[in-house]
Parts: sequence; structure tokens; C-alpha cells
Amino acid sequence: MSSTLQSRWWGWGFRSAVMLYFVLLIVFPILGIYGQSLSAGWGAFADNVTEPLAWKAVALTVKLALIATIINVLIGTMAGWVLIRYRFPGRKLLNSMVDLPFALPTAVAGLMILLLLGPQSPVGQWAERLGFTILFHQPAIVIAMVFVTFPFVIRAVQPLLEEMDPAEEEAAYTMGATKAATFFRVILPNMAPGIASGAMLAFSRALAEFGAVVLVAGNIPGKTLIASVYIFGEIESDNVVGATAVSVILLTFSFLILWFVNHLQTRRKGR
Amino acid sequence: MHVEVRGLNKRFGEFQAVKDVDFSIAKGQLIGLLGPSGGGKTSILRMLAGLETPDAGDILFHGRRVNELPPQERGIGFVFQNYALFKHMTVEGNIAFGLEVKKWSKPRIKERVAELVELTGLSGFEKRYPHQLSGGQRQRVAFARALAPEPQLLLLDEPFAAIDAKIRQELRSWLREMIDRLGITSIFVTHDQDEAIEVADEIMIINKGNLEQKGTPWEIYKNPQTPFVAGFIGESTIVENIASIRGFEDAASWPGTKALIRPEYVEIGKPSEFRLLSATETGKVRHLHFRGSEWLVEVEVGSSKLVTYRSLEKEVLHPGDPVQVLVHRAYLFNDSDSWIMENKLKEDPMPVHI
Repeated sequence: MSSTLQSRWWGWGFRSAVMLYFVLLIVFPILGIYGQSLSAGWGAFADNVTEPLAWKAVALTVKLALIATIINVLIGTMAGWVLIRYRFPGRKLLNSMVDLPFALPTAVAGLMILLLLGPQSPVGQWAERLGFTILFHQPAIVIAMVFVTFPFVIRAVQPLLEEMDPAEEEAAYTMGATKAATFFRVILPNMAPGIASGAMLAFSRALAEFGAVVLVAGNIPGKTLIASVYIFGEIESDNVVGATAVSVILLTFSFLILWFVNHLQTRRKGR
Repeated sequence: MHVEVRGLNKRFGEFQAVKDVDFSIAKGQLIGLLGPSGGGKTSILRMLAGLETPDAGDILFHGRRVNELPPQERGIGFVFQNYALFKHMTVEGNIAFGLEVKKWSKPRIKERVAELVELTGLSGFEKRYPHQLSGGQRQRVAFARALAPEPQLLLLDEPFAAIDAKIRQELRSWLREMIDRLGITSIFVTHDQDEAIEVADEIMIINKGNLEQKGTPWEIYKNPQTPFVAGFIGESTIVENIASIRGFEDAASWPGTKALIRPEYVEIGKPSEFRLLSATETGKVRHLHFRGSEWLVEVEVGSSKLVTYRSLEKEVLHPGDPVQVLVHRAYLFNDSDSWIMENKLKEDPMPVHI
């Protein structure tokens, strides 16, 4: 009797703690940003959003994040495939290194790219000779985004490939399907939900990246200034409403993506 | 399709999965590959399909060597143990897959799919996904899908293993009927002897990578050629000292010979129930098990224990009862040979003991 009462109290306590934590750390700050962005009225919000440097920063961020996501979808799918389907020395090591971008401070990642691609480095000089510069231009931003979001697609694709029944592939062969037809009609559809949700998360993360990008982007307003750096700049120059306006756009983007990923996952589980 | 296999060998690392297997299968037959799990049945099936490459030996379809042909070009249908349906495709999509990759025309595909849906009794389920079907229905989709491209050889790997007992019975007779109707050469793998005996025209017993025996179910039951087959088919008990049982004294001239006796080889009863009382000997009832339609009786004869059935219509026996035991025949085997021995007292009503 007393133990059931106790466990009920415990349960209530746990739930309240989690709720409080959630509200304090996530809901309030988010509501705060939405509130702040509108604190000077709709007019000010619209002004801040339509400010050319602001929307250019947002547009640039979305464009580059999209490119980074596409690269990661291609390379990540391939890497996930190779790590699951092939056996070669060093596979385990490679597999554990996939998570490195998650573990590394993003500023360190930025610094690595800076040193690797800078004008003094062989790669930088080689690019220079070909007639373009990587560092402080858009390619550097894309590289930074790709690096930081590298694990998402791989980690989303791997479990799907692992749980896939090899007999499904063999069945396709016995019915006369070529390797290519089997890949595109049987294996790829099996991986598709993972690729999609991995891509969404990667995109969302690429939109938000600051640490790695700020070091390599050059941050030239209107050219290589991305949204998160723009927000930082606005705060530095004391324009809180401007910062929150751009934040709200990014936040809304992230929410939509998160909702979509959830939708994809529940549909997959429903099967 | 006529199938011939010569000197087939396959090893996985240190493990010899298939050892010098030879057989040939006439067109239109339904063959059961029967044997314990891990005995190499599935490996043989997969090599026929081209999903596994033999280390040595030839596989011939219609007298033509197909070892080098990939599975796509062998003209086979394969039904996998767990069906391996395409989860992201509907029933229709699954059945049409093989036709689409073979570039059939749209109207022909539609016609063929409709035909197979009808044949397998899946009408009304065409638009469902595999997860919305029962085990038996999935099995039928797998079967329809394998048949769609009009294969000449159908290979089935434990087709009923994942289905519960009641529906399994139904599906078995359904499959038998279907294959008879289509006249397609079929080979199925099973570890269930009832299934093989009931469904197959011929059974091949596979053990430890060896083909132990090939023949009709009746031949295999009647004349097992190896001790393994004798022990694997039907029920049986091994008697170490067969020469001590009345009527089998001659067995003493082959030292080291053991006997395998099936319950149906043994008759028990009161002295009045036997015509040839001289061929019987007295034993003692040890245990009785009610089997639903008969008694399973364990009797002790001298130092040997025998098992037999007894009709429910006959007088009920009790543990400890003395009882007359007649052993009609025994399957004798030693390290080098095996043969069936009849009870000699049964044949000679006036035995003379020397």
C-alpha cells in the first residue's frame, strides 16, 4: 500500500521535474525570442527582415546549407553503404570516426579547415593556380557545413541497411533483376526514410552552424555573411530586434524540418 | 525442367556444407530435400538458384551446364523462408516486379498479375502492403511472385516453417495441388518429415552434406539404405543386443551389430492374441502414454527396451503387466553394412533349435 503510494509520488515528481526542465530550458527561451522579435511591433519586425543584408544572409545560408545537404546525402549514403556492406581493414576505426564531427568543438573544426585550405597550404595554392580561392568564399562555408553535418545521413542510413533482409536482394536477382535495378528498386527504397530524415537533420544543423563557419567564411556582409554570424553581429551592434527577427526565421525553419522528420519517422514505424 | 547435379561440393571456411552430391530430377516432379538443420539442404538449393557458387561439381538444366549463369538467367523461381517480400511494394507491385525488370509490356504484366492473384486466392488484397497480410497470405504472395516470370524450376526454402501448424496443413495441400496443376518442376527444403512424406513425389535425405538416400517416401520408409535414414524417418528405438531377442539369434554372427526397431514392427498382447505364440517372448510393460488415438507402450524384454503402439479397442494394459512381445523385423546395422532382418521364427512355424 505505502509502496504504491510512494511510487505514485515518485512518478509525479519525475514528470514534474522533466516538464519544468523542458519549459525552463526550451519553451520559455523560444517564446522569448518570438516575443522579442515583435516587441517593437510588426513594422519593426518587417523592416528588420526585409533589410537587404538580413535576407541576403538568410538566403545565402539556406542556399549553402542546401548544397551541403545534397553533398552529404550522396557521400553519406555511399559511406553508410560501404561501412555496412564491405569488410576491409580499418572499417571499425572509420566507423567510429564518423561521429568525430559531433564530438569536436566546431571552432576546432573551423580552424582545421582554415589551416588545410588557407593560401599557404598546398590545397589552397593548388586552388589558387586553378583560378579560385576557397577560403573566405562560399566553398569554404560549404566545406565547413559538410564537415559538421557529416554523421547525420550515415547514422540514419546504417540501421536501415543493417536490418534489411539480404533475401530481399536475392529475391530480386532470382526474379531477373540486374544489380542496378535491384539497387534502385529494392535497396534504395529501403534506405530512403533514413536518407530523408538524415538529410533534414543535416540541413537543420547546417542552417544553424556558427563556430566552424565564422572562422572560414570571411563574413563579408551580403557576400559570405551567413545568418548565424549576422545575428551575432546584430547583437554586437546592439540591435536586439534585428537579431531576433533573423533568429525567428531560422527557428521557424528548424521547427518545420523537425516536424517533417517526425512525420517521416512515425509513418515508417506505422508500417 | 530436367535437373542434374554431379559431384557437387561446397565448403564455408572449415565447414564442409555439401559433399559429393549427385542426383537428377525428372521434369514436373516435386522433390523434398529433407534432413536435420544445418545439414546442407539450403546450400544445395541456393547453389541450384545461383545464389551460392559450388566449389566443385556441375549443375545441369536441360543437359546444359549452368554453373556460370547468374541467378537472373537461370529461369528459376525462389521462395524464401521468411518470404523476403518487398516491404515498400503492394501485393501487386511484388508480383509485377519480376515482369517489370524483364521489360514485359504493361498490358501483359497486368494480365499476368491478375492471373496469379486469382490463382493464389489473393483477390481483394492487391493493394495491400506485406505488413497488412497474414503469414499465410504473405506465403502466397511470395509464391505468386516467384511464379510470375514463368520459371521452369521452382525452389522453396522451408516454405512453411514460419506458419502455425493449422494453416501449414492447409497450405501444404494447396501447394501440392498448385504444383500439380502447373506441372512445374519443384524442389523444396524441409526438416519436417511429415511435410516431406505428405507433399513430395520423391524425397532426398540430406545429412552432414551427404545425400543419404533418394526415393519415394514409401521406398525410403520401407528400405532405408543407411542407419541415419532408418533413424530419421518414422519413430524408432535402438537395441544394442539384438541377438538376445527371440527370432534374431542369428544376429550374433555379426559382432558389433545394433538394431533399429520401429514401433510398428513390434506387436504386444496377451498370449491369446497371437497365432504364433512360439515366436513371441514375455516382456513387462514399463510405461503407457495416451496418444489421443492409441496407446504408446514401452515394454522391457530382457535387457532391451522396445516401444510400440496398441489400439484403444484392445484390452487395456497396466504398467508391470507381463505381456507377450513379437518383433516382426529389425533394421540391423554396423559400421560397414546395414540390412533388414525378418523374425525367422515367424517364417518357420516349427523351429528347431540346435
